Amino acid sequence: MKEYITELSKYGITACMLIYTISSYVCFIPVKEKRKENIGLYIFQCVFLFMTQLLCFANLTVASGNYEYIFLYVFVQIFLLAIIAMVPLIYETVNRFLLNNMCMLLGTGLCIISRLSFKKSVKQYIIALASLTISLMIPYFLSRVHFLKKLTWVYGLVGFGVLSTVLLLGEITHGSKITFTMFENITFQPSEFVKIIFVFFLAGALWEKRTFDRVALTAVFAGAHVIVLVLSKDLGSALIFFVGYVFVVFTATGNILYLLLGAAGGSGAAYAAYKIFSHVQTRVLAWRDPWSHLTDESWSITQSLFAMGSGSWFGMGLLKGNPKSIPYVDQDFIFSSICEELGVIFGVCLILITLSCFINICKIAVEVKDRFYQLIVYGIGIMYIFQIFLTVGGGMNLIPLTGVTLPFISYGGSSCMTTMMMFFIVQGIYIRMQQEGGKA
Amino acid sequence: MSTKTSIIVSCGLFTTLFLFMAGFLVRFVSENQQDMVNNSYNSRQEILLSQNYRGTIYSRDGEILAETVMDSAQNETRVYPFENLFSHVVGYSTNGRMGVEAQANYYLINTNTSISNKVANDMAGVKNPGDNVFTTLDVQIQQVADEQLSIYKGAVVVTEVSTGKILAMVSHPDFDPNEISEIWSSLISDSESSVLVNRATQGLYPPGSTFKIITALEYIRENPDSFQKYNFKCPGYYKYDGNRINCYHGISHGNVDFERSFAKSCNSSFANIGMTLDRASFSNTLQELLFGGELPLTLSYSQSSTVVSTEMSDNDMMQTSIGQGQTQITPIHLNMITSAIANDGILMKPYVVEHVENAEGNVIKNFKSQEYRRIMTDEEAAILRELMTAVVEEGTAKKLSGLSYTAAGKTGSAEYGSVKGESHAWFTGFAPAENPEVCVTIIVEGAGSGGDYAVPIARRIFDAYFRETKK
Repeated sequence: MKEYITELSKYGITACMLIYTISSYVCFIPVKEKRKENIGLYIFQCVFLFMTQLLCFANLTVASGNYEYIFLYVFVQIFLLAIIAMVPLIYETVNRFLLNNMCMLLGTGLCIISRLSFKKSVKQYIIALASLTISLMIPYFLSRVHFLKKLTWVYGLVGFGVLSTVLLLGEITHGSKITFTMFENITFQPSEFVKIIFVFFLAGALWEKRTFDRVALTAVFAGAHVIVLVLSKDLGSALIFFVGYVFVVFTATGNILYLLLGAAGGSGAAYAAYKIFSHVQTRVLAWRDPWSHLTDESWSITQSLFAMGSGSWFGMGLLKGNPKSIPYVDQDFIFSSICEELGVIFGVCLILITLSCFINICKIAVEVKDRFYQLIVYGIGIMYIFQIFLTVGGGMNLIPLTGVTLPFISYGGSSCMTTMMMFFIVQGIYIRMQQEGGKA
Repeated sequence: MSTKTSIIVSCGLFTTLFLFMAGFLVRFVSENQQDMVNNSYNSRQEILLSQNYRGTIYSRDGEILAETVMDSAQNETRVYPFENLFSHVVGYSTNGRMGVEAQANYYLINTNTSISNKVANDMAGVKNPGDNVFTTLDVQIQQVADEQLSIYKGAVVVTEVSTGKILAMVSHPDFDPNEISEIWSSLISDSESSVLVNRATQGLYPPGSTFKIITALEYIRENPDSFQKYNFKCPGYYKYDGNRINCYHGISHGNVDFERSFAKSCNSSFANIGMTLDRASFSNTLQELLFGGELPLTLSYSQSSTVVSTEMSDNDMMQTSIGQGQTQITPIHLNMITSAIANDGILMKPYVVEHVENAEGNVIKNFKSQEYRRIMTDEEAAILRELMTAVVEEGTAKKLSGLSYTAAGKTGSAEYGSVKGESHAWFTGFAPAENPEVCVTIIVEGAGSGGDYAVPIARRIFDAYFRETKK
């Protein structure tokens, strides 16, 4: 019986995920009678979202023989149902497809974290719940507050100030000085939250003026952020901030030269960092020739590749693989463990769902009329998708490792809360736009 | 560019990047899956082996070459019923892995047994059977090759011409894989006889006169219309610019044309031919024949090497033309070249794993015979076949003439080391000459001349092959 369930659910999970992924793109096809038909698709998505969850947790329960998974399952489903049913009640015009995608990612994340460490998944669950509570207020807040545009330089200074404080007073986690411990056991990573402030800063600085002087002045602030992050050895975040800046400038000015300039400047800076910092050299070495440094520099990346390669298309099955052989698996390499146990098809679907989120965010950005909010939505989209590129691309050795999390899926409170807040900022702006008849 | 356009452009950029990334992942997994599972640093092998026991390896007629047996307490032992006979080609699976055990490891430790079997095994608390691997190896031919090589060090490779199937692969000295754990430390400490090296694929030898096949090919390429008019008066040696090449045992071959030079393996004549060759073009030909390059082979092998360049000295060129000097070749590589000649110029990929079945006998994967590429023209192959037939009819491999089948080939006596007169005996050839089916390559280390020591072995192997196929 056990074998039947674990073997068959493996294929079931892949099938449900595949159907869900396709439906997350079908929603981009324009329909005439918008509301009616979309609701059908929306319910269709929910069915496969919950089917995937059911099969994953059934598999976990049967394979482990641990009935605690049933409790976790029930709690996670209540949580997801609450988001899917409650948010549209509070905010009638919320973008449900973006909401569904978020739930799919959150559900998958909680499931895979619980497979790695049950204790951590409970912790992550509580954080997700807290994040939701905070995030739910954001759309309301956005519709009431009108001074946000005026705080541009405050955002810049606060962001820089927070990052510098961490650099000076923070603690070292995995070799980077990026965390603070509050109370007894809650550590948090301020650079995650600064991302939000940073997007507000960029939008505030560039929505009205887009002269070269203004771009240069913004560059000074953005550069200061990036340099502090590099000094904290948080290269992944530094890159995300940098890319966020370059793309927002590009879109604000509409000048493609800035994109090329950014690429050239970025390459130059990366080369300089490679020359100066030994830990950058180690990462590049591990990336270029992982197999000759298998036992030392490239240990984590090769273990990640083993996991992906061993999983094959349908995965080894939940609890049947050995993802814990990858260092920091629940944060930096969570994607590899998903490929290992749920399969590469599932992994590709996951990549496509995050891309669907990004396309959705871009679609909203195009529709927003107020340039300040437009740039915020766009900036959030860019930072979100680029972070995914860094962690997923790093895990498959397409690019050197930078050690960032996979938003909504990796274990980690700051990352989960920040990303959820970012998504609800996008939602808030979307809701505002709908209410004002597209004039927001 | 308007803001909207910029947003759409960025969206397109990242969409392209992500599709590329998804493609990269799919490609990585489809191409490297087996390597990933087989890597000894991948802990998942142990997981698979804790769930499945290793599958069985069979010969082409269904005899067991390696199997896992279990005692009443479910302790597993890997048993090799033929002991030393297949030591290198089937290999071993503890203390590292070698041969088919290494190459087909992925299939042997994975299971595709039916789900009802899995359930039954799960209930009974026993492991699932790994998939079974069927090889192209032929026990009878392997036995004959092994007996004939006898106490000599050396190697024998037997392949099927039209498919590239490896029918036999012997390397001496050998060992008993049943005792690998006990003899392991003595095997690796003994660097002199290098027992663990599969000489058939990893042994690098000077090719000696077998290399004249390649020199001849280059001469034909450069003189397609006039090579048959070639003539040379052999006094038993060849002198050029103070350098001297002797014929084997200083025998003078008198007046020889192209075919006779080849059949009699006249060193002087071939040194003379070598001096006329265009070195850049020769270097190209050698590259086409995979010297200094990768072979299309899944067993672990060494790369053959040779140096022909426009800068090389005349003495080196003369030496190279007769297969001495810096050239080194593996028996499998020479077999592949010979096989391509027999197969009208097309090189087939040699392979040893034929198909994989699950425990119930359903085929999981079939390895079809694959063409690698054409390494010479149809005409060139035909001319070389004629030359090699002459070697049997009137030359150094006469011991293969007058039999119930016809054969063709080339002998070699490759001098090695500094002591004059010590040589490895080579033979590479195929039968029947007019419609080749089987290709044999033999090296007997330090035995003497190829005609005396390697050709008789080839004869026994051809005998065995035709005895079996006529049955």
